[in-house]
Amino acid sequence: MWEYTDKVKDHFFNPHNVGEVENPDGIGEVGSLACGDALKLTFKLDKNGIIADAKFKTFGCASAIATSSVLTDMIKGLTLEEAAKITNRDIADYLGGLPEQKMHCSVMGREALEAAIENYRSGGKKKHELEGRVVCTCFGVTENEIERVIRENNLTTVEQVTNYCKAGGGCGGCRGEIEKIIENIQGEKAGRIIETAPRWAVRLTNIQKIQLIQQTINEQIRPALRAHGGDIELIDVEGNKVIVAFRGMCAQCKLTEFTMKDVVEAKLREFVSDELFVEEDKDSTQEPHNHRE
Amino acid sequence: MSFLSRKTRIRHKSRITTENKMKTIYFDNNATTKVADEVFEEIKPYFCELYGNPSSMHTFGGQVGIKIRESREKVATLLGCDPSEIIFTGCGTESDNTAIKGTLSAYPNKTKVITSRVEHPAVLQVCRDLENKGYTVVEIGVDKKGRLDLTELAKQIDDNTAILTIMYANNETGVIFPIDKIAELATGKGVVFHTDAVQAVGKIPMNLSKSNIDLLSISGHKLHAPKGIGVLYIKKGTRLSPYMVGGHQEAGKRAGTENVPGIIGLGRACELATKKIKEENEKVKYLRDKLENEILKRCPDSMLNGDKDNRLPNTSNISFEFIEGEAILLMLDKYGICASSGSACTSGSLEPSHVLRAMGVPFTAAHGSIRFSLSRYNTEEEVDYTIEKMPEIVNRLRELSPFVAR
Repeated sequence: MWEYTDKVKDHFFNPHNVGEVENPDGIGEVGSLACGDALKLTFKLDKNGIIADAKFKTFGCASAIATSSVLTDMIKGLTLEEAAKITNRDIADYLGGLPEQKMHCSVMGREALEAAIENYRSGGKKKHELEGRVVCTCFGVTENEIERVIRENNLTTVEQVTNYCKAGGGCGGCRGEIEKIIENIQGEKAGRIIETAPRWAVRLTNIQKIQLIQQTINEQIRPALRAHGGDIELIDVEGNKVIVAFRGMCAQCKLTEFTMKDVVEAKLREFVSDELFVEEDKDSTQEPHNHRE
Repeated sequence: MSFLSRKTRIRHKSRITTENKMKTIYFDNNATTKVADEVFEEIKPYFCELYGNPSSMHTFGGQVGIKIRESREKVATLLGCDPSEIIFTGCGTESDNTAIKGTLSAYPNKTKVITSRVEHPAVLQVCRDLENKGYTVVEIGVDKKGRLDLTELAKQIDDNTAILTIMYANNETGVIFPIDKIAELATGKGVVFHTDAVQAVGKIPMNLSKSNIDLLSISGHKLHAPKGIGVLYIKKGTRLSPYMVGGHQEAGKRAGTENVPGIIGLGRACELATKKIKEENEKVKYLRDKLENEILKRCPDSMLNGDKDNRLPNTSNISFEFIEGEAILLMLDKYGICASSGSACTSGSLEPSHVLRAMGVPFTAAHGSIRFSLSRYNTEEEVDYTIEKMPEIVNRLRELSPFVAR
């Protein structure tokens, strides 16, 4: 059971400003049925450029609906410049807070607002589209968006980033990359592992090394891939070259490149030896791509 | 404490009780059930009066041992097996863990485990964990009605297979698998067969003495006994290494001092279930069918998940398009109606139920799925009330949804 504030419950059971504004000046549409939540925000300006009316339509859980409802309340009477300054934190604070795992609802509200303003400024032509490189392909989250939630909410862990924008909450393949983005922004503040001398300073025999690689794949890498129906198999080890093949949903997924470097190689370097590098055995990767999107 | 503050406290308390006066309509019996009044009465003396250890030499403890024996007999009667084939555990999850891991350590030369994609995490997580330890795990898929691919299953059973573990009935959809047929497939090839029957026991008549099932798990709190008690049925002659060691209890198959009130409660609950199994399949089924048919009729763009013909009599899983499950649950909650959902927001992850996904239910429908699971304590008035409220809730949420054209 989620612990919602009375204000969240009130806006869920009695939402304000439901519907679509007639002949809107700006339309913002974000999210999708597949992702589990979606929001359509419409607004109309008066002759002084102040938001005179705003309405919403939302598919999603209680907090998604409540967030949309307060957002329309908050922006009425503001100029676009003022409205553009609203952050996801402001929306969450207005509701008296949201459960940590539901913070992405407040981010969706801010995204819809931005999309609607952008739509107005482009003369009603521009629709919301992803900007920058997509990091999380499961939920379609870009690097720009991840950087922004980290900055605006002072996030320090991957789990928090997932709570705030869903990135990393699907197959988990981009978690390594999200960690790097956090490190770049937060620097010393980031809750990363403090680097120590390699735990396996002793020289490993070939058999020991292969066994350790297999163990690392089993314990550290496979669970992340399994979370989204993927899998990995160790094909061969030649010196410091580790050859692996992706299976299940990971096979032929465009994400495997990231997974390869940021998850597989990073983990093998952390737990076995920092001299290792990984290659994919494309020949044995045959199973079809079967993400349902 | 002053007189005044005491008075205020009482007034405050009475306000809370009036606020909660709304009757709870409990349609979440696949999650847990009410402890039957008869069961509660039976276990009461075993906390403060008859608290002896059943293993003790004195009469005070020994009399408790007799009650445990009686409970074992009552469980055996419900399952149609011998009391010596029953061991008490801490919960259904422990029974599943014991069955799978105990079989693997009894057959150290075999390294393959076969299961299904729609198992409860108590089985699925155990299998995936084993996979990481080097075992080969095969997960058999289901079709869009949630029915198991038996051809694939038969094909997968080989000499290296130690255990086949397939649930009796699915907790989310209520779909019943042809367990006797599957057990025959397994034992015909010398493979141990385990079934997680947590949702099935007490709802489907069973006669284990006439089946090929080797191991079967039960959870007490799913059939009106308290939480914290489970059973593992072990067919005579089945090789199984104990999971919990450190005591002689349960014939050395499960160490640890017995959960006496739990065991006695479960015995009484099984006795009641034996008597009431007809009621489950008549009264409960009638109520479930009425609820389901009326909701499907009154709510457009709703559909049933699962195999209508092979289902538990108490379970119904319905998807409502264009709206989200958690929002539906909260609206139901306002009317005191308890149900559950397979939506992402309620699963604790960002993705909808693994069972619905394995069935290929589209995301659009999976996010809006609601499970109603009834028990013999539900009434027709409760069903009628829910039938009346459901279209109102669905319409309200659809008015908010951007995917519904006005």
